[in-house]
Amino acid sequence: MSILVDRDTRLIVQGITGREGLFHAMGCRDYGTQVVGGVTPGKGGGTVEGFPVWDSVEQARRETGCNATLIFVPPPFAADAMMEAADAGVELIVCITEGIPVGDMVKVKTFLASRNSRLLGPNCPGLITPGEAKVGIMPGHIHAPGNVGVISRSGTLTYEAVWQLTNEGLGQTTCVGIGGDPIGGTSFIDVLSLFAEDEKTEAIVLIGEIGGAAEEEAAAWIRRRLDIPVVGFIAGATAPPGRRMGHAGAIVAGGKGTAAEKKKALEAAGVLVVDSPAEMGARVAAALAS
Amino acid sequence: MKIHEFQAKEVLRGFGARVPQGEVISDPAKAAEICGDFGGRCVVKAQIHAGGRGKGGGVRVASDPDEAERLAGEILGMQLVTHQTGPEGQQVRKVLIEEALEIEQELYLGVTLDRAAERPVLMASRSGGMDIEEVARTDPDAILRELIDPQLGVLPFQCRRVASGLGYSGGTARQIQAAVASVVAAYLATDASLVEINPLMVDRVGDVYTLDAKMNFDDNAMFRRREIAELRDVHEENPLEVEASKHGISYIKLDGNIGCMVNGAGLAMATMDIIKLYGAEPANFLDVGGSASQEAVESAFRIILSDASVKAVLINIFGGIARTDRIARGVVAAIEELAAADTPVEVPVVVRLEGTNVEEGREVLERADFDFIVAGGMADAAEQAVAALLTRTFGA
Repeated sequence: MSILVDRDTRLIVQGITGREGLFHAMGCRDYGTQVVGGVTPGKGGGTVEGFPVWDSVEQARRETGCNATLIFVPPPFAADAMMEAADAGVELIVCITEGIPVGDMVKVKTFLASRNSRLLGPNCPGLITPGEAKVGIMPGHIHAPGNVGVISRSGTLTYEAVWQLTNEGLGQTTCVGIGGDPIGGTSFIDVLSLFAEDEKTEAIVLIGEIGGAAEEEAAAWIRRRLDIPVVGFIAGATAPPGRRMGHAGAIVAGGKGTAAEKKKALEAAGVLVVDSPAEMGARVAAALAS
Repeated sequence: MKIHEFQAKEVLRGFGARVPQGEVISDPAKAAEICGDFGGRCVVKAQIHAGGRGKGGGVRVASDPDEAERLAGEILGMQLVTHQTGPEGQQVRKVLIEEALEIEQELYLGVTLDRAAERPVLMASRSGGMDIEEVARTDPDAILRELIDPQLGVLPFQCRRVASGLGYSGGTARQIQAAVASVVAAYLATDASLVEINPLMVDRVGDVYTLDAKMNFDDNAMFRRREIAELRDVHEENPLEVEASKHGISYIKLDGNIGCMVNGAGLAMATMDIIKLYGAEPANFLDVGGSASQEAVESAFRIILSDASVKAVLINIFGGIARTDRIARGVVAAIEELAAADTPVEVPVVVRLEGTNVEEGREVLERADFDFIVAGGMADAAEQAVAALLTRTFGA
């Protein structure tokens, strides 16, 4: 089992004629994902690298029955791309684009409230169910099928965790990057609740970072609802207050959103929080062995 | 992006805020005449981006034009130190000369993003002139909050609720309502991330003024806010950070000795954290970008090494899509390029590469003319960087 994506996922790529979009469309297909085509407004009708291209998501959905989309549209147009996909009824919308104005995301979230789509991201690496489907920009080969679920606000730090797990001989059910922006589509809690219902997931790695209160909210949920081991790491213990650490959402503001606060909340919920990012994999192995 | 007080007031005035008369100058000789125009009394306010200017001596009241000129002369050019500038302070290049008003009550108005509610929130309080974070900590009930619908903006009843919640009725209440409407309109129309009027001042006859104003903006939206983007003052920013951003590198200078070069923001933070765990302090946050190209690595080296306190460099790159051997070749080429440009890298460089073709990547580093310290995992990298730093500082 797995969550959100699997062998039956039928993926389109929005922005497929762009350099990034095409590169990663091919990367997902090479991994084994069913990439059924792509969308670039004004460039519909032809094919690119064997992918049929449509002018609109609505057309692509009608022609291919796609149930997921991966968005590489540049920031000024990304909000529109997400809303177009939601309007077409695509079940899973994964937005990789970094640098979308927060004001646009406020509007996207309002729009999505009356639609049935799930949004992952923006500013995220996407998600992968090892051995089945890769819907994102992560290096597929570092993953292995198995029983650990991974949730993270980061990209390369997630790869780090996955690599440690794989080297410990621990495969993953699904690895989900929820993104580093202040407003995102899917929260830690959304993913945790999916893992909680997934029979195969026996442990979870949760990677948070400074800024906001998503980790604290996750902690409260874990305490009430989760009975499998969760290993946590919070990046940014050494980050100075008031500065954005690369990710738009990674900022300690008004003394809130510190790594120390998040760590405390997670520990109080029974999460095994490691101080060293080098110990994530080993801690999961130890928890599963005991 | 931040802007100056006088610029924020100008923006807010455009949305209907009532702002005191004022003029911004960089020549103190002009202060006397302006002060005279304002009736002989004025306030001289240093224009730097950091807060806490008053306590640092950057905001002074002049009771006649001569004093205005003298104070402007003192403040202009000074290194103003506040709790937000760091010990070296920030040079004052402009002062705002403003009419002096009689303060009866100081209020607070602010708009920012409520991340949990995923929409803007207006905050108001009778504790004006104070740091709102301090009020939030000591007396959270003293802050009135109104969530803003991004499509509708602030609604008239919300403006009325804020004014009456602050304890006002009649003409003053109407002026507060107008101030609330203007601050929310400005926030939404300019892609601001923060608008603060602190204090919003009520004078003795009940008139309401924007006495101090602060606006921060969403950098990601500046492509469509050209008129705001033009207000940027790079003198107020760290020159290394400005240089880094030109190369697509995200860099923040910190106080330690180990320079960090990492791909990805989360991994970059984690690398700083693990350096601290091993007993040293990171000199910077640096996200060199996902692909860590040779050009990016070279620029990153230049930026890290222009910080004189850097005594060792730790490169931590997780080769995702890009192959590790290619990244290693980029690192070696960058080092060679720097040596050829007569700016050789003279501090120990610890490299930790992980990902596709990692063996070939390490071989490239081992074979290079430069004496890299090649590390295994993240922990090994941190340990080696700290050891290199100690050797460098105290000798072997």
